[in-house]
Amino acid sequence: MPSSIPASGTEAPAAEAPPQGPWTFARRNPTIVIGGLLMLVLVGIALAAPWIAGDPLKLAPVNRLRPPSERFWFGTDQFGRDVYARTVHGARVSLVVGFSVAIAASLIGLAIGLLCGFYRTVDAIAMRIMDGIMAIPSILLAIALITLTRPGLWVVIAAIVIPEIPRIVRLTRSVVLTLRAQPFIEAAIAGGTRTPRLLLRHILPNTLAPLIVQSTYIAASAILTEAGLSFLGVGVPPEIPSWGNIIAQGRSFFLIAPWSILIPGAFLAVMVLGVNMLGDGLRDRLDPRLARRM
Amino acid sequence: MFAYVIGRLLATIPVMAVVAVFVFFLLRIAPGDPAAIIAGDDATTQDIENIRAKLGLDRPMLEQFALWCWRLMQGDLGISIFSNLPVTQLIAQRLEPTLALTVSTLLVAVVLAVPMGVLAAWKARSLADRVVMGFAVMGFAVPVFLAGYILIYVFSIKLGWLPVQGYRPIAQGLWPFVEGLILPSIALGTTYCALIARITRASMLEVLSQDYIRTAESKGLATPRVLLLHALKNSAVPIVTVIGIGIALLISGVVITETVFNIPGLGRLTVDAVLKRDYPIVQGLILVFAAGKVLVNLMIDISYAFLDPRIRY
Amino acid sequence: MTRPNRSGLRALALACGVALAATAAVAPREAVAQEKVLRAVMHADVRTLDPHWTTQTIAGIHGLLVYDTLFGVDDDFVPQPQMVGKYDISPDKLTYTMTLRDGLRWHDGTAVTTRDIIPSIRRWGARDPAGQRLLLFTDRIEAVDEKTFKIILKEPYGQVLATLGKTSTSVPVMMREKEAMVDPNTQVTEAIGSGPFRFAKDQWVPGSKTVYLKNADYVPRSEPARTLSGGKIPGVDRIELIWMSDPQTAMQALVNGEIDFLEVPQIDFLPILERSRGISVVKTGKIDSTFGMIRLNHLHPPFDNPKIRQAMYKIINQEDFLRTVVGNPAFYKVCHGLITCGSPLENKGGSAMLAGHDPKGAATAFRAAGYKGEPITILHATDHVTINPLTQVMIQAMREAGLNLDIQAMDWGSVVQRRAKKEPPAQGGWNIFVTTSSGTSGANPIIHTWIGAACDRGLFGWPCDPEVEKLRSAWGFAQTDAERLKIATDLQTRAIENVVYIPTGQWMQPIAYRSDRISGIVPITGITALWGITKR
Repeated sequence: MPSSIPASGTEAPAAEAPPQGPWTFARRNPTIVIGGLLMLVLVGIALAAPWIAGDPLKLAPVNRLRPPSERFWFGTDQFGRDVYARTVHGARVSLVVGFSVAIAASLIGLAIGLLCGFYRTVDAIAMRIMDGIMAIPSILLAIALITLTRPGLWVVIAAIVIPEIPRIVRLTRSVVLTLRAQPFIEAAIAGGTRTPRLLLRHILPNTLAPLIVQSTYIAASAILTEAGLSFLGVGVPPEIPSWGNIIAQGRSFFLIAPWSILIPGAFLAVMVLGVNMLGDGLRDRLDPRLARRM
Repeated sequence: MFAYVIGRLLATIPVMAVVAVFVFFLLRIAPGDPAAIIAGDDATTQDIENIRAKLGLDRPMLEQFALWCWRLMQGDLGISIFSNLPVTQLIAQRLEPTLALTVSTLLVAVVLAVPMGVLAAWKARSLADRVVMGFAVMGFAVPVFLAGYILIYVFSIKLGWLPVQGYRPIAQGLWPFVEGLILPSIALGTTYCALIARITRASMLEVLSQDYIRTAESKGLATPRVLLLHALKNSAVPIVTVIGIGIALLISGVVITETVFNIPGLGRLTVDAVLKRDYPIVQGLILVFAAGKVLVNLMIDISYAFLDPRIRY
Repeated sequence: MTRPNRSGLRALALACGVALAATAAVAPREAVAQEKVLRAVMHADVRTLDPHWTTQTIAGIHGLLVYDTLFGVDDDFVPQPQMVGKYDISPDKLTYTMTLRDGLRWHDGTAVTTRDIIPSIRRWGARDPAGQRLLLFTDRIEAVDEKTFKIILKEPYGQVLATLGKTSTSVPVMMREKEAMVDPNTQVTEAIGSGPFRFAKDQWVPGSKTVYLKNADYVPRSEPARTLSGGKIPGVDRIELIWMSDPQTAMQALVNGEIDFLEVPQIDFLPILERSRGISVVKTGKIDSTFGMIRLNHLHPPFDNPKIRQAMYKIINQEDFLRTVVGNPAFYKVCHGLITCGSPLENKGGSAMLAGHDPKGAATAFRAAGYKGEPITILHATDHVTINPLTQVMIQAMREAGLNLDIQAMDWGSVVQRRAKKEPPAQGGWNIFVTTSSGTSGANPIIHTWIGAACDRGLFGWPCDPEVEKLRSAWGFAQTDAERLKIATDLQTRAIENVVYIPTGQWMQPIAYRSDRISGIVPITGITALWGITKR
């Protein structure tokens, strides 16, 4: 939860600087660049999956739990499936889960948060509903939703999105509330600016920075939540590989065939690291004041 | 302010009611039938029908709901379909382990993360900052169960220092109690390090950016102790936030930790009950969780209002 | 704010330390060191206390600890008297006279009498299919005196004793009159039996721990314990059944000595366990403990067509299933039959059809049988540690045969509910689900309910073939071993033609335990017995 924005005037306006070339940019913002590159590589792998890897579904129990070799670069799992193929194809699912959850939660949370910050009645009702959503442990909500409807990728995404919304709402709302207290907003209201315009022109741009940063963290968290749901047996359907469910389903073989879990685990960790670096970098770059809030 | 507090307290009642109704009907609409599960694998359809009738599950939903509400108002959370024991007794049996795990996890997370956050803020934007925060993120990036297995393998099996699993109540001795909580707390606590470290770093940066701090620094007067004190003062809001988020997230996190380390807590009780469709347990637990979270949120919001008068209502 | 009060903080810390130390000092210690406690992790937690009311195996294990049975089969499936002292079968095989042996007492101290036995038989027989069949052929059960009673049959049914001594659930345990009079569709709330252990209800934490205490007043038989027969001696003072849902944690706990007995170690862990000091792995019983099966829904297309059902045989390769789930060939066996291979009634009837694995010809076979691409709804239990992988192997085989699959992933609870529905798949029904069953049940055509084809009154899938049922019934009246084998062969042939289910192979689930601490495990297949175990 962000603390209050410091009084105005602590930040000097950026002086006219010479145009920055890409190398200068990279030197000055290493985290964005490294994080961004990692993400690009992973997205690239995900997109290229059908061409650079074999069939993730093909099982051949006779090849069960083989260590990495010429034929199976990352070894095989308990069904004899190629861990390399599953990891590469798993990138697709994990990234889709991460991005979808981040985007959906952000958009929905932003909309509700903006309204809450401005309309007292919407605030009262919506915050109670948010309380209600937060009152139900997210794992239970996920299990209940997944068993209620036809299980599949999109239900898992929905089940992870819903518990994330209240936090975004709170974030947006608090930013809006503090902004409202700013003199320039009060001036705009006094000058007769109508609320929708106010929201769009003045408030919204200021909420974007913290929102973007927060959504990167949510993306990483979503992929890990999916792993947790797969652990409990209610994640993405087991044949479709996602890094989360590869690790969860193979967990019994941790001592016997560690590669089948540690390699996808490494990919997962790299992705989380990359997303976080991107988020931290964006946070420092987009609005230095954010660094003191998140 | 006072009116606000009373208003919020009263507002919790409809929230609880909404949660209760939602959970009750969600459970019954969802596929799954406790009678079928309880009858076992070799039961016939007829058996299942009979059992369902005896459990009162074939009554109209509204009738079941009314009955449940009636009992609720008398303080009766109902009886487990499977074990025939009162839900309140089942919850009481499992409360201590989850509370112990929650507290020790938050403790581990705070003890690890706060120094990291302070260090990162101190050396903001430098390599040290990135590395320290990177470590915090690594704790988050490893799924809890994987961290658990690794810790068990290293510290219990290979080194033999700590037990693999289980919960030892504090009444049976302090050291066994602590011993059993060390590995689970680390496995789960490292997940929250990133979050807490980030917030600590943010609040420290806030402190460091204050004009008077910069003045004092330039004059050579700002000692680490003075800075830390101011950081503490400034951290009231983030700390409160962390506690709130921590409690909210922990129920989800403890489920997996309780499974891996075999701690008989509320998290595992709830997941088992959901998967077995033991409705009364799920309903009772959700209400208990809901009451807890709503109260915690209320306290957070009230403390915000105290701590930052600019947030007006 | 002024400097924090240093001395105040120090005093506080000191006080805390003293308080904690004091707590540790006065904390009550564990029970007396002399008590021998067996800590066992089983395949499920004890959730319900009524072995008549549910067919869950864990309820049967609980039942066998706390209660006793009239008869009990031995290692060769021959029923031996257990609670019964002497018994007599009339020459016309219609009257069974049984007398209870001496020394049988309930845990509340009262003596076991026929007033308890007769309602118990009726309560158990109301729900259990083998018991129902027994009562179907029973004219009346009458008490002669406090300890003697007669079962008088209408026809010379030959499975009376085997049914009363069976190991499969629901186990025919004897309860007090009070509990036996409870409606069979309602659970009993007390677990007071006459068995070698008492149930410590006040220490029961459902989902976590179940505690049994030695029944010092139990009078065991004098014969050695073999399966459910012989003397069931309570060897330890206390049994704690601890439930651990994570198989890896359970295995580590055994290695670390935190538990003594692990009922179902994952077979992949056996090399680790065998390497560990003080741990032994033992195969239980003479025949395989478990077999997997694919169950088809005979009510709706496409599997209402027998030829399409039979085409399924072509795509199933038992090796694939077994290797995936079990891994080590020393523990599994391909069995082209519905009667458990390795049991006395194993036969080759119809096995040619089961052995006809022909993936290349499968697609043609389906088309020739009339399959037009209808969607096949598969209930896929994703949280079940054995059924999940079995289903995945099946799905892959079906996919390679070009079948149109509608895979419904769900948790086991949802599967259990949905498989009971007779509606068409599109309206909440199903076409296929996968499950497992016990090898001992599969050894006896009467107890093997899945081999039945009783149409609407049968088990999920509802295969319908009156001839199968006639053969099962006839088997119950067979008088010689040769006759029994012949009928079993005909039964299996007919059942395979009808495709009552498709077997995916059988395996033996061994037990792992700390041999440096406990000994005396009684090897039983299909259900686990904890009497006889002693601890150093």
